[in-house]
Amino acid sequence: MNKNYKIEVDCAACALKMEEAAKKTTGVKDAAVAFMTQKMSIEFEDGADVKTVMKNVTKACKKVEPDCEIFL
Amino acid sequence: MTRKQKKVLIRILMSTVLVIAFYFIPIENPYIRLAFFLIPYLIIGYDILRKAILGIFHGEVFDENFLMAVATVGAIVIGEYVEGTAVMLFYQIGELFQSYAVGKSRKNITELMDIRPDYANVEKDGQLVQVEPDEVAIGTIITVQPGEKVPIDGVIVSGSSSLNTSALTGESLPREAKEGDEVISGCVNISGVLRIRTTKEFGESTVSKILDLVENSSMKKSRSENFITRFARYYTPIVCFGALALALCPPIINIIMGNPGNWMQWAFRALTTLVISCPCALVISIPLSFFGGIGGASAKGILIKGSNYLEALSETKYVVCDKTGTLTKGVFEVTHIEPADGISKEELLEMAAYVESYSNHPISKSLKKAYGKDIDTARVQNVEEISGHGVQALVDERRIAAGNVKLMKKLGVSYDVPQNVGTEVHVTIDGRYAGFILISDVIKPNAREAVYGLKEAGVRQVVMLTGDAKRVADAAAKEIGVDVVKSELLPADKVAEVEKLLDTKGAKEKLAFVGDGINDAPVLSRADLGIAMGALGSDAAIEAADIVLMDDDPAKIATAMKISKKTIRIVHQNIVLALVIKFGCLGLSAVGFVNMWWAIFADVGVMIIAVINATRALK
Repeated sequence: MNKNYKIEVDCAACALKMEEAAKKTTGVKDAAVAFMTQKMSIEFEDGADVKTVMKNVTKACKKVEPDCEIFL
Repeated sequence: MTRKQKKVLIRILMSTVLVIAFYFIPIENPYIRLAFFLIPYLIIGYDILRKAILGIFHGEVFDENFLMAVATVGAIVIGEYVEGTAVMLFYQIGELFQSYAVGKSRKNITELMDIRPDYANVEKDGQLVQVEPDEVAIGTIITVQPGEKVPIDGVIVSGSSSLNTSALTGESLPREAKEGDEVISGCVNISGVLRIRTTKEFGESTVSKILDLVENSSMKKSRSENFITRFARYYTPIVCFGALALALCPPIINIIMGNPGNWMQWAFRALTTLVISCPCALVISIPLSFFGGIGGASAKGILIKGSNYLEALSETKYVVCDKTGTLTKGVFEVTHIEPADGISKEELLEMAAYVESYSNHPISKSLKKAYGKDIDTARVQNVEEISGHGVQALVDERRIAAGNVKLMKKLGVSYDVPQNVGTEVHVTIDGRYAGFILISDVIKPNAREAVYGLKEAGVRQVVMLTGDAKRVADAAAKEIGVDVVKSELLPADKVAEVEKLLDTKGAKEKLAFVGDGINDAPVLSRADLGIAMGALGSDAAIEAADIVLMDDDPAKIATAMKISKKTIRIVHQNIVLALVIKFGCLGLSAVGFVNMWWAIFADVGVMIIAVINATRALK
C-alpha cells in the first residue's frame, strides 16, 4: 500500500536524511521524499499498521531533522 | 516571505547591528569582550547549535549544523570573535537566500502547473452555490461561467462556448464546445455560460489525474539524484575526518621535526575547510533542476512522470512510432478526386456521397464529410449493397455505382489506375466510368517537422510500425521522412519488433515508443520509455505511459527531448561547478590561501549560483 503525506522541511539535505530514516523504519517497504513538492511517499509492508508505522516514521525523522514536520 | 524566513531576517539584522557596534567599542577585558560577542552569536546561531547538539545525541554527527557549530565555536575559542559570529551570520544569510530562492522557484513551477479548480457552481433552490469540487456527485448539473475553470469532467447540457485548453495542452488555440460535447476539467471557459452534467467524480476527473501525476513525479528519482544522495552519505564524514587530520597532523609533524607546532593556524585552516565543504549546493540544485524541467514541460502540455524518465529521454537514440494516430490523424479523409472527362469534381463527389449515404462504413462517412452538405435522402432510391464490392443505387433517377476495382470489373467498365496511394472508390454513372476518389489516412501536418526535430535532438533512428499494407506504409514513410518502416504488422508483432531493436541497441542508448495509448499498452511498457500522445481524455494512455503528451502533436516529442537535454546539461553544469569550486577552495584552504570569507563564498555563493542556474530549466 502506498500513501502520500505532506511534509515541511527546510533544506534538501535534510529531506534526504528524512528519506533514509523513513526507509529504515520497520513496516516501511520503501520511502521517497520530494523536497520540491514537500511530500513524502511511503510504501507500507503488507499487514503493517499505518498509524503506528507513521508514528515511528515521524519519530525517526524528528531525530535526524528536529525542524521537520509530517502532516498525518 | 514566510513567517519563518521573516524571523531569520530579524535575527540577521539584530545580530549584524550588534557585531558592528561591538567591533567599534574598545573592550580591554577579554572575558567581557567574549560575553559581549556571545550575544549576537547566540542570537544568530542558537538554532544551529541546538540542532548540532541534538544531532550528536541522535548519532547524526556529521551534518552541516555540526560543521557550522564546530567552525564557529572553534573560531571563538581561538579568539576570533568577529569572524566566528560573521561566519554564522553569513551562513544564515545564505540559508535565508536559499530558502527564499527555492521557495520562489517552487512557487513559479507550481503556479505553472496550477490547474486545480477551487470550486464548482451547483444550482440549489434556484441559486448558484459554490461548493468544493470533490463534494459534487456524478450526474450533478454544474454551471461554468465565462472565465472559470471547468472543475469536473462532464457533458454539456446547454450552452456553447470556446474553451481554452492551454493549461492542459500548451495549445493556445481555443476549442469550440456545444451542447452534447464532452468537456474535460482544467479547461478555461472563455465566452458563454455552460451547464454541464458531470460524468465523473472530481478524484477521477482529468484535472485530478494530471495533478497527481505531476506532483508525484519528483518521487521517481533520476540516477543523478541518487548519485548525490550516495555522494553526500560518504562526503560529509570524509571531510570531517580530513579536517581533523588537517588540524592535528601538520602541528604534530612540526613538533616532531623540532619546529613550533602552530596549532592555532592549522586549527583555523581546518575550520575553514569545514565551512567550504557543506554539500548544500549539490543537494539542492539537482532536484530543483529536474523539478524545473518537469514543470517547464508540463506548461507545454508534456507530462513527465518522473525525473528518471526525463533523464532517459535525454539519452534516447531510437524512437519507434506507431503510424496511425501518431504520425497520421487516424481518420480517413478524401485526399484526391479524379473525375473522368465530361464530369466535374463536385458532381463526382456528390454522386459518390449520395450513393453511399445509407452506409455507416468509415469510407462513406469520409465521403459525406468531404461533400459537406446535407444529404437529401429522397433523392436516393433502390440502394443495393454488393458485399465486398460497393454500392449501387438510383440517384436523381440516374443509375450510380460506387466501389472498388472488383466492382468495376464485375460491371465490365474500364477504369483509371491512381498514381497515389489510398483506398480507391470508383464511380460509374449510368454504366459509364465517371472517375475515382482516393481516401487515405491523412499525415499530420507537422509529422515531417517532428521527425526532423527528433533527428536534430540527437535521435539516431526513427522507426515507424504499422499494420498497413506495404505500399501504403512505404509511401507514408517516404513523405514523413522516417528511417525504417515495418509494415503489415499484427499488434503482437509490434512488441517483437521493439524487442528486436532493444536487443541490438547499445546499453546506454534508450529506446522510446510513441503511440496513441489505445491498444499499444504492452509496447508502451516494454520500451525503455513509453510516450503516449493525444491523451486528453484517455485514462488508459495516462496510466500506461511514462511521458504523456496532452495533445496529438508529434512535434512535442522533439520539444520534450530538447527540454530533457537542457535539464540534464544544467544538472551536469551544477555538479561540475559545485565540485570544482569546492575542491579548489578546499585545496587552497589546506595550504592557507583561503580565509573564512572565501570559505563562505564557496559554500553559500556556489549554492546561490547553482540555484539560479537550476531555475533556467524552467524556461
